[in-house]
Amino acid sequence: MNHGKTRIILLFLALPLALYGALVVSPYAQAFSIALTSWSGFTADKPFVGLDNFQRLFQDPEFWQALGHNGLLLLVVPLVTIALGLFFAAMLNVGGSDGKVAGVRGSALYRRVYFLPHILPVVITAILWQFIYNPQIGLLNGGLDAIGLGGLAHTWLGDPAVALWSLIAVMVWAGVGFYVVLFSAAMQSIPKDIFEAADLDGAGRFQTLTRITLPLLRESVQVAWVYLGIHALDAFALFMVLTPTGGPDNSTMVLSQYLYLSAFGNGKFGYATAIGVMLSLLSLLLTALTFRGSRDKNTIEF
Amino acid sequence: MNAQPPSFSRRSLLRATAVAAFAVSGSGLLAACASADGDAESGSAKGKVSATNPFGIDESAALDVVVFKGGYSDEYARFDEKLYSKKYPKAKISHSGITEIQTELQPRFVAGDPPDVIDNSGAKKIAMGTLVAEGQLAELADLLKAPSVDDPDTTVEDTLLPSTLDVTTFDGKVMGLPYVFTVNGFWYSQTLFDKHGWTWPTTWDGLTELAAKIKKAGIAPFAYGGTTAPDYFFSPLMALAAKQGGVDVIKAIDNLEAKAWQAEPVKAAAEAIAGLASSGYFLKGSEGLDHTQAQTAWVQGKAALYHAGSYVENEMKAITPDGFDMVFGPVPPLTADGALPQSALHAVAGEIFVVPAKAKNLRGGKEFLRIMLSKEAASNFTETTHALTIVKGATGDNDLGSTALGSVLKAVTAAGDDLFNYRFMSWYADLATTLKSEVANLLAGRIDAAEFLSTMQAKADDIAADPSITKFKI
Repeated sequence: MNHGKTRIILLFLALPLALYGALVVSPYAQAFSIALTSWSGFTADKPFVGLDNFQRLFQDPEFWQALGHNGLLLLVVPLVTIALGLFFAAMLNVGGSDGKVAGVRGSALYRRVYFLPHILPVVITAILWQFIYNPQIGLLNGGLDAIGLGGLAHTWLGDPAVALWSLIAVMVWAGVGFYVVLFSAAMQSIPKDIFEAADLDGAGRFQTLTRITLPLLRESVQVAWVYLGIHALDAFALFMVLTPTGGPDNSTMVLSQYLYLSAFGNGKFGYATAIGVMLSLLSLLLTALTFRGSRDKNTIEF
Repeated sequence: MNAQPPSFSRRSLLRATAVAAFAVSGSGLLAACASADGDAESGSAKGKVSATNPFGIDESAALDVVVFKGGYSDEYARFDEKLYSKKYPKAKISHSGITEIQTELQPRFVAGDPPDVIDNSGAKKIAMGTLVAEGQLAELADLLKAPSVDDPDTTVEDTLLPSTLDVTTFDGKVMGLPYVFTVNGFWYSQTLFDKHGWTWPTTWDGLTELAAKIKKAGIAPFAYGGTTAPDYFFSPLMALAAKQGGVDVIKAIDNLEAKAWQAEPVKAAAEAIAGLASSGYFLKGSEGLDHTQAQTAWVQGKAALYHAGSYVENEMKAITPDGFDMVFGPVPPLTADGALPQSALHAVAGEIFVVPAKAKNLRGGKEFLRIMLSKEAASNFTETTHALTIVKGATGDNDLGSTALGSVLKAVTAAGDDLFNYRFMSWYADLATTLKSEVANLLAGRIDAAEFLSTMQAKADDIAADPSITKFKI
């Protein structure tokens, strides 16, 4: 009986698996072989150079610089996005102060407002922020000036000290709405009586959040972490629009952008593919670590 | 029976999707470009050679023209195609005006099926050095030796402005035809200058004194687009160096010679440019503007001077206020006794047309270029775009009612044969990348002249020592 079920499952999966193999796995595998060539991207022949590209990569200061920037993104973007997402979601769902388990006043409106950035295409988001960061006519410097904080004004995208942080701020701004919705959904699936019981026991709002809500949301946070991690390893479109050449003094160069510039700017497809292979190994590692780190802990059931 | 099948949980599917999503977005993308293998033998169409058909094109062979549709639009190319059709009515011409040259044409190159003529221009152009190093382009020597359309006794080469083919000459071979002749220098509003009684200086000291006056008047002297085009302001640095030390200074840099960046004239030039930064002569925030934003600030009168090529009039015409009266000013030399006269110009022939080596109608491609170099085609181009072509005197002294074109014509006449250009940026993409980021550092005052030059020298030495990079010599 079980045997027949496996056969049916395989039968139904054959077509999708074949498509997946041809369209996803095969180019992925080809990338590994191209990374061993010095292909320029314009000819049919691809001269084999062995591990030369990887050797160069390890000695390339720009690669390490870009990797460092990805590392910082990996650390900051998920942390800040998830923290803000959790905070807003808690406020919208269980933060109300009138005794019932409900959100703060106007939470329905806030929910829509938070989600708004997420439905904007990345390129539109980037162009909007290009205007906001414009040092001449930008909203940000103008706003700081208007409230008497003109001293804080910066050339946001032109100063190596703040350029990367300016981009991180946009990533968080664009990402947080989606996670508010994700965490909201997860919070709503927590039975209300748990909160009511906590309330009766005299738990405050902060205690409820840290002792009840967070532990019950661990699964969602973990998924969010992986998605944001992959997002931080990519970050391509936003960076390409806001700092197309890698930022002042290469201060915002990330791996995906370095890959693109190597391939399409400098005609080094073999080398660029080697960067791509490194990038994919990194994200596999990241995914594996995230899921391993939490496997042995027991999931709380409710 | 009630045991769950262990291997198909929702979460593991999610995990697999996350990994797969990455695989597609990362390295898989590159491989997708590579999968169209194939090395088709290119049999170019051939016909009979005659006085009016010097390449012996097949009169009925189709012609596939791909033009960059940017600041000059692609109407001029349609005009030239009509000239071609008039001559060869049996040829079917396919025209495409696109902006993403590399994205659209790279697969065709890899598949061995490139168009017959390509205007390889714009932000997404294909690096010339790469195409040449890979043997993808046809040499144009026979085009230059062919009789010109207007006069059978003059060769095509003799109808062109001096040294314009330098930019597409690789190891002595001309591999492309730059069509548009651009001179680089400072641009300003004659109206603004008249209002304040300013005049264009003839020495660099005069320019810095002028900058001080402009600053006093409450206007920023210079603007530049730091995020996308800091290298626009590298042209005055090279102009200062060339005018001081002669064109050999630039050739040494192009040829990746040892200590080329440390030569005295280059040092003096870099210090002069760094001086503008340390004097606070740049529009505040320039390092965070792209070139469009910087140019906009300039035509709005927030900055008085902008360094760019003569394409700037056409590029900004939609938002330049009436009565701006855009005028060109050549970069004034450091000293009066430099190696080149004060009127010398950094001239770049751009908008490079190439004929792929594997083109199906290679001869037709060359014939199309020959037609583009006729007086009729060239003057049509200048009339519609206000930009000059590399065809000598195609429109005479006619400024077409534009102060910008008038001032450029005057500067070109004054310069005569004293035109110079540097090529390393199109030869070595890596060096161009470093240059952009280091010039941005220099202009923003993050590094001084000495550091700029030593970084550039180090990168040039790296490239000179790297056997995997094809080298070119001038």
